[in-house]
Amino acid sequence: MSGPMVKAEAVHKSFGRLEVLRGIDLEVNPKEVMCLIGPSGSGKSTFLRCINHLEKIDAGRLSVDGELVGYRQHGDKLYELPDREVCQKRSEIGMVFQHFNLFPHMTALENLIEAPIRVKKASRSTAVTYARALLDRVGLADKTNAYPKQLSGGQQQRVAIARALAMDPKLMLFDEPTSALDPELVGEVLDVMRRLAQDGMTMVVVTHEMGFAREVGDTLVFMDGGVIVEAGKPRDVLANPQQERTRSFLSKVL
Amino acid sequence: MTDIASGPAAPGSQAGPRPEAIKAIPVRHPWRWVSGALVLAFAGDVVYTFATAPDLRWDEVWKWLSGRLILEGIVITLELTVLAMVIGIVLGIVLAVMRLSPSPVMSWVSWIYIWFFRGTPVLVQIFFWFNLNTVLPHIGIGIPGTPLHWQESTNLLISAFTAATLGLGLNEAAYMAEIVRAGIISVEQGQTEAAQALGMNRLQVMRRIVLPQAMRVIIPPTGNETISMLKTTSLASIAAVPELFTRSEQIANFTFLVIELAIVASIWYLAMTTVLTVGQYYVERYFARGAQRELPPTPFQRFRRMLVTFHAPPPAVPDVSPYFPPGRR
Repeated sequence: MSGPMVKAEAVHKSFGRLEVLRGIDLEVNPKEVMCLIGPSGSGKSTFLRCINHLEKIDAGRLSVDGELVGYRQHGDKLYELPDREVCQKRSEIGMVFQHFNLFPHMTALENLIEAPIRVKKASRSTAVTYARALLDRVGLADKTNAYPKQLSGGQQQRVAIARALAMDPKLMLFDEPTSALDPELVGEVLDVMRRLAQDGMTMVVVTHEMGFAREVGDTLVFMDGGVIVEAGKPRDVLANPQQERTRSFLSKVL
Repeated sequence: MTDIASGPAAPGSQAGPRPEAIKAIPVRHPWRWVSGALVLAFAGDVVYTFATAPDLRWDEVWKWLSGRLILEGIVITLELTVLAMVIGIVLGIVLAVMRLSPSPVMSWVSWIYIWFFRGTPVLVQIFFWFNLNTVLPHIGIGIPGTPLHWQESTNLLISAFTAATLGLGLNEAAYMAEIVRAGIISVEQGQTEAAQALGMNRLQVMRRIVLPQAMRVIIPPTGNETISMLKTTSLASIAAVPELFTRSEQIANFTFLVIELAIVASIWYLAMTTVLTVGQYYVERYFARGAQRELPPTPFQRFRRMLVTFHAPPPAVPDVSPYFPPGRR
């Protein structure tokens, strides 16, 4: 497999009359970590949600691992995918949310084994063994039977990352994973993400953590007003932005 | 005193010594005593009036309270309640999910059902099912143009008991559908998204993620509905189903003990709803897990704890200290 993991060509998306994405072109290669930054309302989260079809795009082409998201093409006609196939594709992409969205009525372990058992039809014992290993990997082996409410924000987000990993995704999407956390808890989540990147996971990360972007990111994309303003190596973009808009944004957040 | 004056503890230092617990004279509430006495006096008067009413045969009340006819009526009342609620809850969940379905056919069928069954009185609905045989002597289903056909006499198919069960259950489903729908809507959108992102389909998301969380909102009004249903079953008397109220009325008709039998029925209804209320408390508690860090103690646990603290001297240190014990530093 040598093609890009994510390929976007002129992706457009509107909510009613509000045009949120106005032509996004980018490629994420396997094992690449791409960080998306930009002011709120710039469309970065929306773009992320388009990648696993939580939002439908209105124009352009968006594909993951060489296959169109949400559609199948025959000749020059597009056919909408039935629910079953949309679910199948989503199950190969992990997503981590700003507000964790753990299932509050399930323990940490139950959160992790739910989808593997229901969606991948894994046996319970296999799912449990793998889930325990993942919880250990994010440093929460002792919280297996805790309910989300009994965990700190940082711990919840680490469980959420483990839950996404339990499906063995080929791509991980992070939607501002540390924005809802107390400052002292941010580090533990970023540590887990850093290790994930080192292990070769392909990641698209919407973030405000410039330090993380500089250290871990292979590419940095700055979005504003639904378009990509500037993209490049994180060090270059952060140290020497070419666009005036990028400069003014960075001067406020750095 | 110097501790308070020096403000917050210096970095790295231990928490200061715990000051003496506050002892203050509580605010007095004389009007609570006055109003309490008035209520007691009024209640006492009502009880006394009924207890000593010369024409009220209390001996007959106690006699009929455990009479075989009444006990049989109770069994039927409970059967009606359980069956109607099962029909109501199952059909209600189906209707609520249909109502929220992206398919317009599903959503409309559900809307019309709720509109019709909520818009007509239960009494009329029971009456309708009970008297259906007068216009449709036979009911059957089949596929036109094929020999596949089945029919049965309405009288055999819909007994008085069935008519009451259908009337109560189908009506309840319309109300339960709205309760379930409110519960489903109360679950955060992020939960659905997280489940979808994991590849779960609509049905799995609903059954495994949304409905269990909706339960917390659905259970309390469902408990109300069950308690209400227990009493509404008395409407089955219009179809002469021999449940508790029908039985007490029938007995009153040949003994002329009208109020006495009404009291008998009321005592039993009250006893049954009390049991249901206790059950409701525990079911709600079960579905609250995960919503709170720790479940609140049951009245029984609270009672036991009260007994313990009553006998033991109050602890010198609060048992849940916000500070680390000195040994761990």
